[in-house]
Amino acid sequence: MAYKILQKQELIPGQTSLLVIDAPQIASKAKPGNFVILRIDEKGERVPLTIADKDPEAGTITIVFLVVGKSSAQLNALQQGDEILDVCGPLGKPTHIEKHDTVICVGGGTGIAAMHHIAKGHHEAGNHVVAIIGARSKDLLLFECELDGFCPEVLVATDDGSVGHKGFVTDLLQKRLEEDKSVGEVVAIGPVPMMEAVARVTKPFGVKTTVSLNSIMVDGIGMCGACRCTVGGETKFACVDGPEFDGQKVDFNELKARLWQFRDQEQESMEHYKKECTCGKH
Amino acid sequence: MPEQPADVRAGNFREVALGYSMEQALLEAGRCLQCKVPLCQKGCPVEIDIKGFIAKICEKDLDGAYAVIRETNSLPAVCGRVCPQETQCEGNCILGKKFEPVAIGRLERFVADTFMAKNACETVTGKQECSMERDDRKVACIGAGPSSLTVAGYLASKGIKVTVFEALHEPGGVLIYGIPEFRLPKSIVANEVAAMQELGVDIKVNWVGGKTVTIQDLQQEGFDAIFIGVGAGLPRFLNVPGENLVGVFSANEYLTRVNLGRAYDFPGYDTPTYMGKNVVVLGGGNVAMDAARTAKRMGADSVSIVYRRTQDAMPARLEELHHAIEEGVAIKALCGPIAFNGDDKGNLVSMDVQKMCLGEPDESGRRSPVCLEGETETIPCDMAVIAVGTRPNPILLEATPDLELNKWGYIEADPETGETSMPNVFAGGDIVTGAATVISAMGAGRRAAMEIARRLL
Ligand SMILES: Cc1cc2nc3c(=O)[nH]c(=O)nc-3n(C[C@H](O)[C@H](O)[C@H](O)COP(=O)(O)OP(=O)(O)OC[C@H]3O[C@@H](n4cnc5c(N)ncnc54)[C@H](O)[C@@H]3O)c2cc1C
Ligand SMILES: Cc1cc2nc3c(=O)[nH]c(=O)nc-3n(C[C@H](O)[C@H](O)[C@H](O)COP(=O)(O)OP(=O)(O)OC[C@H]3O[C@@H](n4cnc5c(N)ncnc54)[C@H](O)[C@@H]3O)c2cc1C
Ligand code: SF4
Ligand code: FES
Repeated sequence: MAYKILQKQELIPGQTSLLVIDAPQIASKAKPGNFVILRIDEKGERVPLTIADKDPEAGTITIVFLVVGKSSAQLNALQQGDEILDVCGPLGKPTHIEKHDTVICVGGGTGIAAMHHIAKGHHEAGNHVVAIIGARSKDLLLFECELDGFCPEVLVATDDGSVGHKGFVTDLLQKRLEEDKSVGEVVAIGPVPMMEAVARVTKPFGVKTTVSLNSIMVDGIGMCGACRCTVGGETKFACVDGPEFDGQKVDFNELKARLWQFRDQEQESMEHYKKECTCGKH
Repeated sequence: MPEQPADVRAGNFREVALGYSMEQALLEAGRCLQCKVPLCQKGCPVEIDIKGFIAKICEKDLDGAYAVIRETNSLPAVCGRVCPQETQCEGNCILGKKFEPVAIGRLERFVADTFMAKNACETVTGKQECSMERDDRKVACIGAGPSSLTVAGYLASKGIKVTVFEALHEPGGVLIYGIPEFRLPKSIVANEVAAMQELGVDIKVNWVGGKTVTIQDLQQEGFDAIFIGVGAGLPRFLNVPGENLVGVFSANEYLTRVNLGRAYDFPGYDTPTYMGKNVVVLGGGNVAMDAARTAKRMGADSVSIVYRRTQDAMPARLEELHHAIEEGVAIKALCGPIAFNGDDKGNLVSMDVQKMCLGEPDESGRRSPVCLEGETETIPCDMAVIAVGTRPNPILLEATPDLELNKWGYIEADPETGETSMPNVFAGGDIVTGAATVISAMGAGRRAAMEIARRLL
């Protein structure tokens, strides 16, 4: 059975897209924090992507992805009505949602999409959710409206100051934590350096900090160990023990090194794809 | 049996053993004494009527031989290739006391391969088309490894509707993602699976038991019995420093990338894998042999297997160990890993091992390795593969709190019937016994299937 793309939206042309996929069984089970592993075609690799939203009634899940290499470029070449060969999920432990007065959800880049589903979960549990989102510039910002729909506050930072605060999400977070003592948890999803920076900012405040690790995965069901990371000195498997962990305990340097493992081959794959691809965009 | 020469095969992923011709098979089958009390059959975990199928080969009735094997074994082409025959059927064969035992495994493989192209339904049930005799009865299997496929094959041949839910994108379990192409071609597994589908088995891939669908869901959907055959996939690591350096892999990851992801065909297929020049493999079982031989084929300059005990204590099949040595894999016995060393970028550059010797025999009579104080060695390597065993995979177990587990975390199941602490929920294979063999997983599947059939028919 293949999985049909019901809707495609290029959020940032050529760079970030959103797909709504027909996957009723996954939609009925998906919780915030879960991800899927998909394979575009027979020869594709297994690509993990966060479930950014779901609609159990319509039987759909939404994914948002950044074009970084061959597989994501190939995924981005698909259009509404096309099919994806495999979609497996929902995988990973769902977000652990507790009752707090205030929860700050920090999202960076494509991570905002993943953060959105988690923020929604916290909102539905009755928490006051402050969203802090950031990107390099205004046109790279995602999901601002969607977050506005349920977050009482959406704070924006851009590197170039084209909208909101000029600077990093961590500046806004720092300020907020200094002023607001009701914050029970900070959730951060985005590029590894951003999550690392968030953990550094929250540390002196002693606030619970959750980060979502995008380690390299193969099977996503705990059988390969590719996704292992060190958390609090112990080896954990991001796909079955996570992907969310306590940001204060994660060995980010190791995570970064492991994310680079296949760089040469990823480049080779991309070169190969550019030669063969006929979509005209590459 | 003819084989690809070692220097040729170490450079390709084609099957090592080439299989018998009809003449060779007849010659070998003719050696069987047709014993009154065939010891070989006792040594077989699913008790194939070995002399029966050999007699059919002698009559050149290969369909007949296949039907005899299929009475007890749903995956003969696989078993003929990967069973440790030297400790099972062939190990018991009376001829082996004085001469070479009958090459039962190779004959089994010959029969199954010859049969492959034919209609599975007709051979197994004697009918052209399979009808579901009891379509009011349905059984679910979780996982599509040898244990579940055995259950499915057996029940389907009895006319019961079976649905198999597999988490990965391809059915076959370890046969697909673990055991490499050169030992068990994927087309063989695919053929066995296709034969099962011809019997009416519905195989659903990308369904994770405990996530996409739970046991409770299946019970609510009216499945009369459920079989759990999810294997024991979670890899064990060594807990030595430096284990998460880039370049250190579990055998599962390495083999999965190469086999399931077809990384040996990169960039034709997209899954990348690490290309080590100097590779060290830790462990002494079939998994270690497969990883070492795979690394050789992926172009490594040197591959060594580091093992704590002596070479003859290695649990791998003898044939695989010999094949590995022939292909140029070095064996470093009596060495235990103590640390992996990396450069400033977190890449593996070498590993330290502790030399061992054999100590006094313990209560079991086995001599355990003991450290030779101060004698260590540093082995330069840019890739290490850890193949020291597995633990039970938690996904399904965590989602099914009613399942009773034993103290090692495996599912507690009745040894006779395979039934778990949940009524009409059965389990078998590696998730009950811990990592074992294809045939023992199939034996467990068969016992459970017979019990399920007894209850449902
Ligand atoms: C749990 C999880 C959730 C994720 N959610 C999202 C998401 O919602 N949106 C999104 O854009 N990205 C997400 N990612 C990252 C996404 O999987 C990678 O960007 C994608 O695999 C890149 O594939 P590629 O072939 O296009 O690029 P490649 O050229 O193969 O790789 C580019 C970079 O992507 C990373 N990467 C490559 N393969 C993998 C892999 N198998 N697993 C993880 N990272 C990999 C590496 O850092 C690599 O350097 C998630 C990753 C994980 C583990
Ligand atoms: C590299 C390697 C080489 C080996 N060589 C040999 C050999 O030469 N001879 C021999 O006899 N034995 C060998 N073995 C051992 C043998 O393969 C296993 O004992 C046997 O496959 C166990 O069968 P199983 O059905 O219990 O599980 P598996 O073969 O592990 O199959 C389990 C299946 O369940 C799926 N699964 C897991 N979790 C879920 C879930 N939650 N939902 C749905 N599906 C799930 C898995 O993806 C898998 O497909 C080898 C093992 C390995 C790893
Ligand atoms: S024990 Fe050996 S000789 Fe006797 S029936 Fe079995 S295979 Fe033939
Ligand atoms: S991705 Fe294989 S164990 Fe996590």
